[in-house]
Amino acid sequence: MNQLNNFTKGFIRENPILVLVLGTCPTLATTSSSLNGMGMGIATTFVLVGSNVVISLLSGVIPDKVRIPAFIVIIASFVTVVDLVMQAYVPELYEKLGIFIPLIVVNCIVLGRAEAYASKNSVLSSLIDGIGMGLGFTMALGILGAFREILGSGAIFGYKFIDGDGILIFILAPGAFIALGYLIALINRIKRT
Amino acid sequence: MAKTESTFKNMVLSLTVISFCAAACLGFVYELTKEPIALSALNKKLEAIRQVVPEFNNNPNSEMYRLPTGEGDSLDIYPAKNEGEIVGYAVNTYSKNGFSGNISLMAGFRTDGTIINITILGQKETPGLGTKMAEPDFKNQFNDKNPAEFVLKVRKDGGAVDAITAATISSRAFCDAVQRAYNTLQKGGLL
Repeated sequence: MNQLNNFTKGFIRENPILVLVLGTCPTLATTSSSLNGMGMGIATTFVLVGSNVVISLLSGVIPDKVRIPAFIVIIASFVTVVDLVMQAYVPELYEKLGIFIPLIVVNCIVLGRAEAYASKNSVLSSLIDGIGMGLGFTMALGILGAFREILGSGAIFGYKFIDGDGILIFILAPGAFIALGYLIALINRIKRT
Repeated sequence: MAKTESTFKNMVLSLTVISFCAAACLGFVYELTKEPIALSALNKKLEAIRQVVPEFNNNPNSEMYRLPTGEGDSLDIYPAKNEGEIVGYAVNTYSKNGFSGNISLMAGFRTDGTIINITILGQKETPGLGTKMAEPDFKNQFNDKNPAEFVLKVRKDGGAVDAITAATISSRAFCDAVQRAYNTLQKGGLL
């Protein structure tokens, strides 16, 4: 597979949220606004790129029977690094994302890419796969967050354009399901043409 | 590269090495971020104190002390002093009666017990309903009121506080937290 193709597959064709439907728990919980969603996406991208590279480097060394624990140790280390760095330098965002940063460890996307892609492919391919998948995830979260922010609080990127409240349900969990459902439907429609 | 075989020795060895490297990296990052994290937490606290008490020129954080609430725990009191004179107390208070989870507030009092200002440190109330407690419409009604005559209860309960529409529980919890701060200061003989 050529590398450009490898990079772009994360956006639409194999988008982790909209097509593979992986990692929906943090998706639904952190997209109450566009910036929160994108912050979560970028944090996950960092972990994904780091773990993909390290795992593809080590894939020849790690015995098959202990590969999952080894992957988890590597992923958890990257997540802890992100957690500490965010706490130190972007405390406001860190507070909003809260528990979902440490929970990147159990995000299916990260382990899924490690197991299905990085452990079988070269370092360069894995790096590009990580960036593509991560940005695809960030994009999906950003769009979902923008959708919910516009409808739910009448604002975009924190700037209010209507007075008062929007449709509150879109800020709450049920609205996240509704918005994600329509977004997936839309992507399916686009993919078919 | 040939795949390493899954023998017992290889498995133990590879996991040990990976864990060891991971631990070393984490230790390094922890040391690197320890100071900025402590600093941002401190700044946040000082910013909250600054919002709720008159201008001061001491360091309320280093002069912090604890007073028992009479319910088996204690609250952090930050005395604000200007030229050595006490101008107010910032109290880090809480309520367990929130709609979801604890509510943590920083409440500023004058030495006669009048509330100066209140700011929210942490809450997990329903977005769009309970979270309105952070908006001036609700929380500013406490400013310049003295809990001695201003009954810290929502009107439904016979008090003087206008509750947030559709968030009476959150409003009650807010009052509960402020009342706790006031009671603690009173019990500690500061008012």
